[in-house]
Amino acid sequence: MTVTQAAEVVKDSSMLKQKEMISGNYRKLETAAADGRKVAATFVPGNLNELIMCFDMLNNLPEINAIQNGLRKKTGGYIMEAEKRGHSEDVCTYVKADLGMIAKGNIGPDGQKLPNPDLLLLSYTGCFTFMKWFELLRDHYRCETAMLHVPYQGDGKISANMIAYVVRQLKEEVIPKLERISGVKFDIDRLRENLARSARAEEDFVWVLESAKKKPSPIDAYFGGVYYIGPIFTAFRGTEDATEYYRLLRAEIAERMERGQGPVTPTGDMPSERYRLVVEGPPNWTSFRDFWKMFYEEGAVVVASTYTKVGGLYDQGFRHDPAKPLESLAEYCLGCYTNRNLPSRIDLIEKYMEDYQADGILINSIKSCNSFSAGQLLVLREIERRTGKPGAFIESDLVDPRYFSPANIKNRLESYFQMVDQRRAGGGSAPARAA
Amino acid sequence: MNTSTAEIIARCQALFDDLNFSYAREWKAAVPGRIVVGFMPFYVPRELIHAAGGLPLGVLGGGEQLEVIQGDAYYQSYICRIPRSTIELGVTNRLDFVDAMLFPSICDVIRNLSGMWKIMFPKVRSRYFDVPQNYRDDVGGAFYISELTELREMLAEASGRAVTDAAIRASIGLYNENRALVREVYAFRARQPWKAPSAEVYLLMRAGMILAVEEHSRMLREYLAAAAAEERPRRDNSRVVVTGAFCEQPPLNLIKSIELSGCYIVDDDFMLVNRWEQSDVSQEGDPVANLAAAYLHNSANTSAKYEPDVEQKGLYLVDAVKRSRAEGVIFASPSFCDPALLERPMLQRVLAAHDIPFIAFKYAENSGQMQPIREQAGTFADSIKLWSNP
Ligand code: SF4
Ligand code: SF4
Repeated sequence: MTVTQAAEVVKDSSMLKQKEMISGNYRKLETAAADGRKVAATFVPGNLNELIMCFDMLNNLPEINAIQNGLRKKTGGYIMEAEKRGHSEDVCTYVKADLGMIAKGNIGPDGQKLPNPDLLLLSYTGCFTFMKWFELLRDHYRCETAMLHVPYQGDGKISANMIAYVVRQLKEEVIPKLERISGVKFDIDRLRENLARSARAEEDFVWVLESAKKKPSPIDAYFGGVYYIGPIFTAFRGTEDATEYYRLLRAEIAERMERGQGPVTPTGDMPSERYRLVVEGPPNWTSFRDFWKMFYEEGAVVVASTYTKVGGLYDQGFRHDPAKPLESLAEYCLGCYTNRNLPSRIDLIEKYMEDYQADGILINSIKSCNSFSAGQLLVLREIERRTGKPGAFIESDLVDPRYFSPANIKNRLESYFQMVDQRRAGGGSAPARAA
Repeated sequence: MNTSTAEIIARCQALFDDLNFSYAREWKAAVPGRIVVGFMPFYVPRELIHAAGGLPLGVLGGGEQLEVIQGDAYYQSYICRIPRSTIELGVTNRLDFVDAMLFPSICDVIRNLSGMWKIMFPKVRSRYFDVPQNYRDDVGGAFYISELTELREMLAEASGRAVTDAAIRASIGLYNENRALVREVYAFRARQPWKAPSAEVYLLMRAGMILAVEEHSRMLREYLAAAAAEERPRRDNSRVVVTGAFCEQPPLNLIKSIELSGCYIVDDDFMLVNRWEQSDVSQEGDPVANLAAAYLHNSANTSAKYEPDVEQKGLYLVDAVKRSRAEGVIFASPSFCDPALLERPMLQRVLAAHDIPFIAFKYAENSGQMQPIREQAGTFADSIKLWSNP
């Protein structure tokens, strides 16, 4: 999630802080056994970080390892290793990058051996692959698994039945298992404190995301956005560090805004904002900087993205709530972006197009990820039809370098930007809004 | 005069070939107030649909015959075929008589298709049908009862009549009978596979996706009687279980090819809904609670269901092999099918631990080239014979 390479270029204090937090967590993982700390492996969307913290457990996120390894261009080899061991070329490459890494000695992104998890905490929101992923990991580690099944918002709403079901699982399955494995008794007041800290960070985080409504936008809500979501989506939500990170970040962005500056890019400040885009779908990690460059070189700024909502839709009002701790964790899990049905996803993108005054929508369709990708061509059509703004569709993958074709993507983007120009020259968009 | 297997299978083939679903259209038109409820693989509680005066209609894609033109415009090349052919069926008005569509909780593709259906066919009631991955009565069971109750209400609205407990109990009775017959057909084939070729059993089961349950049960009975009475040549085939084909269906030719290459299919996971509950659902007491209990404690295993016990993982396939006295397993999965392909390595590990040989290949519902599959299955059949007769 965090782009450490880029962080080397742009060293705002929030970035330095985040870098420190990430490497600190890896260090803790490496010494977990020596320190007598138990480790939970868990996923990003719908993670229960505040709860895990109540048991003094550490948090290892396989998706984040895959991303970090992708940025370091290690995933190509890992994926091949997994395929050599019988995993299909057709399935999600995060899974294969993880299994390949384990097969090759489980050396983490920072070069140190990762600990075996004491618990696979499977809360799979928004994606079925998670369930299989952890079954595969369990097959390997033979460790305990706690399963939190989060129902899907098939009708675009969270029902009382769904919340009750998730809360019951937390009470009956997840918490007792966490207690048993960690040896720490559950203290709901500790959970409340963690949640209160989360909510404070969430306020500042939303402020940052919404700063992109301004013209020019002081942030890039996709390429830059993946830094900003780092702490709140991963092992830090609910910590003092995360609260502090978002406080710093907000102050930095406020300053940029005051000065009328655009977003920071790996090569410095973006000089001018020519295109404002909404992006749907995750980024490619193996060529992250090349991909980003194709945008900032053209003056294209992403003003809102859906990827930065996979770990929670805070900008739509959700906050972790210490007054109803377990219910609020349930609501959080249920509300993540890919757990919303396709009509809700389309409504949200349409809203972003309006709220952020975007010139168009770009979909980065990821081969690995059916959860995001199945249905995206309809998303594109609907958004174009509803807003009258032009859309573009490109295809790549998360961490499989075989599926990132820079020349094709660059061509596609260039003609897309020309299309936006033409549309503008032709007197705007003439949105043929559906009744 | 008794009906022959050829006559029964000819009827099934006609139903299979008819992508306009004339049978279901006529069934609906015959009595005012009837509804047809489409469902995608693999499981929905058909009893509730039946109790609402509805015909559950399995929508299993377009197969080999359907030319997919518009459906392809909705999906990238790396997504399986069944959603695009299902959209094709929808946009070409072949499903225009369907009152409601159910999308079971099986994978992200079908999940997202449920939302696409809402947008593309706003007049049709459509519902993503969630099932629990927690199997405790007081946790997953409570959730599931509530889901079933919501579905019951939706069906009552669609049909304009209350779905009573008595009606659900009666439907459970009919489906219990049907499932028992399905199990009997499978057991018959496992005993005497030369008397019940897999393509025939397949078509019989496909007929169950279309016909009214009473009619299908009659058909199964007739088939069992006819198949037992007919003599057919017995070949020296190897016995295999086919797994991984629980959603997008293989072309009929693929099933025929496996058998022609020297393998008798003695168990499979095509159309699991026909055999979902593994013994009778109770007809005593609260029928919705009974459906929920059957799901939690007595239903088939497949990739889309979580296995809470690591020691049990994959044993369902070993059991299928033992039950059907199979000598090997063929993993036949649709290309790009995450649930089947992610499950595969775990199942293969368990098979290897039990010394059960296996091969694997992928297909699409419209795959045309059968030669490679025939060769692969043929070599597999030969090698099984070599291993078993050293
Ligand atoms: S399929 Fe998509 S959401 Fe699921 S694990 Fe893979 S990348 Fe993540
Ligand atoms: S074939 Fe597999 S991936 Fe495709 S819809 Fe069916 S279960 Fe999902």
